[in-house]
Amino acid sequence: MEKQTYNNAVVRWIDDRLPIFSFMDHEYNQFPMPKNLNYWWNFGALATVVLVAMIVTGIVLAMHYTPHTSMAFDSVEHIMRDVNYGWLIRYIHANGASMFFIVVYIHIFRGLYYGSYKAPRELLWMIGVVILLLMMATAFMGYVLPWGQMSFWGAKVITNLFSAIPLVGESVVEWLWGGYTVDNATLNRFYSLHYLLPFVIVGVVVLHIAALHVTGSNNPDGIDMKGPQDSVPFNPYFTAKDSVGLGVFLLIWAAFVFYAPDYLGHPENYIEANPLVTPPHIVPEWYFLPFYAILRAITFDVWFIEAKLMGVLLMFASILVLFILPWLDTSKVRSCRYRPIYKWFFWVLLIDCVVLGWVGANKPEGMFPLIGLIGTGYYFFHFLILLPILGKIETPLPLPTSISESVTRRSGAPAGATAATGGNA
Amino acid sequence: MADSLAEGETRRDFLFLAAGAVGGVGAACFAWPLIDQMNPAADVLALSSVEIDISAVPEGQGITVKWRGQPVFVRHRTPKEIEEARAVSASTLRDPQTDEQRVTKPEWLIVSGSCTHLGCVPVGNKVGSDRGEFGGWFCPCHGSHYDTSGRIRKGPAPKNLLVPPYSFVSDTKIKIG
Ligand code: HEM
Ligand code: FES
Repeated sequence: MEKQTYNNAVVRWIDDRLPIFSFMDHEYNQFPMPKNLNYWWNFGALATVVLVAMIVTGIVLAMHYTPHTSMAFDSVEHIMRDVNYGWLIRYIHANGASMFFIVVYIHIFRGLYYGSYKAPRELLWMIGVVILLLMMATAFMGYVLPWGQMSFWGAKVITNLFSAIPLVGESVVEWLWGGYTVDNATLNRFYSLHYLLPFVIVGVVVLHIAALHVTGSNNPDGIDMKGPQDSVPFNPYFTAKDSVGLGVFLLIWAAFVFYAPDYLGHPENYIEANPLVTPPHIVPEWYFLPFYAILRAITFDVWFIEAKLMGVLLMFASILVLFILPWLDTSKVRSCRYRPIYKWFFWVLLIDCVVLGWVGANKPEGMFPLIGLIGTGYYFFHFLILLPILGKIETPLPLPTSISESVTRRSGAPAGATAATGGNA
Repeated sequence: MADSLAEGETRRDFLFLAAGAVGGVGAACFAWPLIDQMNPAADVLALSSVEIDISAVPEGQGITVKWRGQPVFVRHRTPKEIEEARAVSASTLRDPQTDEQRVTKPEWLIVSGSCTHLGCVPVGNKVGSDRGEFGGWFCPCHGSHYDTSGRIRKGPAPKNLLVPPYSFVSDTKIKIG
């Protein structure tokens, strides 16, 4: 990293001893970004903002929340009715979880479309999958805290999944619960971990960004930057572009918070948890629905594996498969722009995930179990069979020789002209 | 020279390994309390028991009581229900058990109210509620059917409803736990 010389004596004094100014300048001011990035590259920055907002609102909620089965539900109502602006803070937090997932899901599908998981960004991608897993654990435990009927029964059904593990299953579940059912011990440990995990996520995000700043950003053409004519500095170009996207995003989040704060939630969760009565229809939050569908997809034993265990294994496998994705996709070309066949299957996968979500939201009756089974089968087919084969048989379109060339060609300027060198006629 | 160097290295390697092993074992020992603290605490373990007056439960009805934070069904079975439960041969069942193994007094069936699939509370205590295809209980979560002995007959649940430890204190009183 190049050290700067600063005019301000205090800044210089600090920078000589701890070069944070040089560091920030290098990583966030001058940092070269491909100049052809589109708005799909906004979502990493958005996710970071949501994470910070979740931590701020969460810490404030924790000042008023009581993690005890006899008081948790009432303390959330107390936040809603009595605490100054408590309703606002809670609604930002509760809807923020949904916003976090929508942003991260878009971020992930962006990566799938433009091949951002391929060399040299494999580790960057895998760190991202770790973040996804941590987010899921955090959101799951957070949802238990208000101690409504969905909190309780969601927690009970999901923790019970571990009873499917052969031999030790029952002991594992009791260990998770700290008792014979989801109870006070469970609520307390979930609260402790719900407080902890977001900070672990911050740590992993730092690694994610560190890895990103080694390889640099991928781009819509999926080709490497070859020199200064292919890039623009992060500031002001992407500080500005990210800010535009952030403004739009915050408007959407605010629309939920102020006009439809419970739209994404479930009315059943405004009834206090009752261990003796199960709600007629248990559903997780929307962002878990596709996984819930995979979990329930298998209704028959597969060889010696019980149906219940098979569902659990597939649900975990559906995320773990993303870890090995960089090696499953055998195509050398990153971007879908130049992959005429894979491009279509990308959309089929996206539709498949939406269909699975729809199945997850419905009772497993009528046609839904069959659709769930087909959807699950297709999901794994896409990653395990289609991607390895496709890379071998697909003929990619010719890649542009450079980002700069691709940009000028798209904007209709004469070929070979580059904005950075001022070469436009 | 090569000889003495190799010898020196071996001593040092040994010390490294030995020190590392002791440290590792120590750390592993310390991990156990951190893991075990998550298991049920002594007060949760202390087998609490509840006494229940069953004199008010009419024939054909069941009640739900709470034991260890979980629901327990106490069902007053009709002669017809008892007969149905005894008519099936245990060997044809997913979790083979005879009705005799599951009750002490035939007219009283006492089983855990947690579905053995994923822990929902099945419905069917009240006359007129959906008792499933086998007249016992029906779990609406993922569609498990239990018979009048609380045995799994259809659906995803792998096991019969558990029979908790209980005893009759008198003709009208039972003690669970
Ligand atoms: C990764 C970031 C986070 C996510 C995804 C997340 C998610 C959630 C979710 C889904 C809920 C349930 C909301 C509801 O329906 O009421 C919740 C509640 C809660 N969270 Fe978080 N959270 C995060 C960070 C934090 C942090 C850092 C704290 C700090 C202690 C915190 C404290 C709380 C508290 C006290 C509640 C209970 C109050 C309530 O239910 O509104 N959260 N969280
Ligand atoms: S929990 Fe009863 S059928 Fe799934």
